[in-house]
Amino acid sequence: MTALLEVENLTLRFDTDEGRITAVENVSFNLDAGEVLGLVGESGSGKSVTAKALMKLNPSNAIYGESSSIRLNSGAEIVDILSLKGAKQLQVVRGGAISMIFQEPMASFAPAITIGKQMVEQLQIHTDMSVAEASELSVEMLNRVGIPDARKRFGQYAFELSGGMRQRAMIAMALSTNPKLLIADEPTTALDVTIQAQVIDLMKDLVQEFGMAIIFITHDLGVVAQTADTVAVMYLGKLVETGPVREVIRNPAHPYTKGLIAALPRVDDVDAPLTPVPGDIPSPLERPTGCVFWTRCPSNLGSICSESVPNFLAVNPSHTAACHLYGRGGEQR
Amino acid sequence: MSADTLVSVRGLSVRFPLGGGFLRPKSFVHAVEGVNIDIGKGQFYGLVGESGSGKTTLGRALLLAVPISEGDVRYSDGEVDYDLKSIGKQEVKDYRKRAQLIFQDPYAALSPRMTVRDIIAEPLEVMGLTSGREATDDRVREIASKCRLNLEHLRRFPHAFSGGQRQRISIARALVSGPRFVVADESVAALDVSIQADVLNLLKSIQAELGLTFLFISHDLSVVAHICDHVALMYFGRLVETAPTRALFSKPKHPYTKALLSAIPSLDPDERGKVQKLEGEIPSQTNPPPGCKFQTRCPFSTDICRSKEPVLETVEKEHNVACHHWKDIAANAAA
Repeated sequence: MTALLEVENLTLRFDTDEGRITAVENVSFNLDAGEVLGLVGESGSGKSVTAKALMKLNPSNAIYGESSSIRLNSGAEIVDILSLKGAKQLQVVRGGAISMIFQEPMASFAPAITIGKQMVEQLQIHTDMSVAEASELSVEMLNRVGIPDARKRFGQYAFELSGGMRQRAMIAMALSTNPKLLIADEPTTALDVTIQAQVIDLMKDLVQEFGMAIIFITHDLGVVAQTADTVAVMYLGKLVETGPVREVIRNPAHPYTKGLIAALPRVDDVDAPLTPVPGDIPSPLERPTGCVFWTRCPSNLGSICSESVPNFLAVNPSHTAACHLYGRGGEQR
Repeated sequence: MSADTLVSVRGLSVRFPLGGGFLRPKSFVHAVEGVNIDIGKGQFYGLVGESGSGKTTLGRALLLAVPISEGDVRYSDGEVDYDLKSIGKQEVKDYRKRAQLIFQDPYAALSPRMTVRDIIAEPLEVMGLTSGREATDDRVREIASKCRLNLEHLRRFPHAFSGGQRQRISIARALVSGPRFVVADESVAALDVSIQADVLNLLKSIQAELGLTFLFISHDLSVVAHICDHVALMYFGRLVETAPTRALFSKPKHPYTKALLSAIPSLDPDERGKVQKLEGEIPSQTNPPPGCKFQTRCPFSTDICRSKEPVLETVEKEHNVACHHWKDIAANAAA
């Protein structure tokens, strides 16, 4: 295995009172060391659930598909994440080789424990550092992410920090165990644009410095354009398009990706009309048969779309889309 | 105020008292400070700012949802002329019919235990605008179809609808009393982009059809660029720049406006790293520094910025900016 992470046929269903719903279906992707993958989708597309599966953080009513596998090359060994059981075994993917930063940093820090204590605690779980060493490293990390007066902040509580500061502290904490993979779930959505720009810049610097891979989950294509190397677009639990960021944004292949880009208000062209994607995202209880997007698709080809599931085909090398428009040999019909 | 102005705001301040107590002086949060705005009839007026800038408080003050601490707000639609500072009880009731609010979160704004029909009809019943169930139903159906709601959906409950549909229900509820002035507070912020475009298009077409005046509050400059005719930018409770949309986006004057514009993530992957970064932090709300409130983050700040607060001055037609150095900055940019 050469890639850092291999996700194969990930299928994830939840048993709920209303029935079994499919949150993720047959999602496969690879991630290399140092690569930044932008995982894009609207609410309900399954992007967060996919990311949480990498740490087995989904609730107990989650059912993983039989042929699903997630394998991580932790350096020392290949870890089959879905077969891990119990808190002890899962440590390697929960803060060890994989770290995660969340959308709402206020909700991710314990409110009654100082920032420093939380940082030291996780270092003691994942490394054999002494408290003094862990404190030293934590202050250094806080410094590294651009928090002024880091030693003072180390002893403060989350509520004493501003939003941007909290997200920086979150990043410092996630990186202090030196993970191979960082999952960032909408890390800038709750922030103002000027602070968002600072945090994005910081994350880019850190990738260069620490060489880890990042899965950047967002609904904002602009943020993806500014951060990712490759993009994967999700809709209703399925991947619909993957490719290098320039390719996907300049020449989107899937009608859904095209629709997302056309719906985006752009400052450089204020007169361009906004074109919404028609209709609403269907309820997960009423997943369309065939291609999941056909109910809203402006290029709907009729029965083939509503009956058969499109395969992933290369639109050109390294750029793939799951759409019946690209039937024979990747040519548009 | 001129005949084309619907809402005229002069020197408006909204302050919230903070704690205080025995032997401790009361302090105030200056949420809005000395704001002057003229919102023209039929205008789509954008109010932009980051969290904590006072944009929501300003919008609410114009609807009398928070008390006005200082200054004058005049509302004049040709039929009535109200001074909101000294408005009487009966007049407030009338004003509520004329000025309405659309909320941000369509999941929180609709009662889960009322049908869509009852949600939309409630303002009519409370304000006594229609007599009899039939007249109410007619009005509800009329406004629902304007908001592109399926009339069969009126009997359902909100949980059956998606975010975009719920926001259309909220819009119908706000418009059912026939207001002239609508404050839309972050009305698309909770929606996905594919749905957001649909709601923006709806707001714009309804505004044109009914000749409404909108105050559109948003943190998202790109949304404002598309929908508004005129934009006011707030920072720390003060207006820092107001201008027609096109002028603001093509020739921003205030350093904060420039920084905000450049911080919007571009869709072009080759534009990476071209962001003009703002360092520093927003000052404390209770104990702000004297002078310009942007000085702590401004790359151009000098001594005068730390001692004297800049006031809005007109730099071009309808284009106002509050900055001591806007001329030097513009000259620098040209050089």
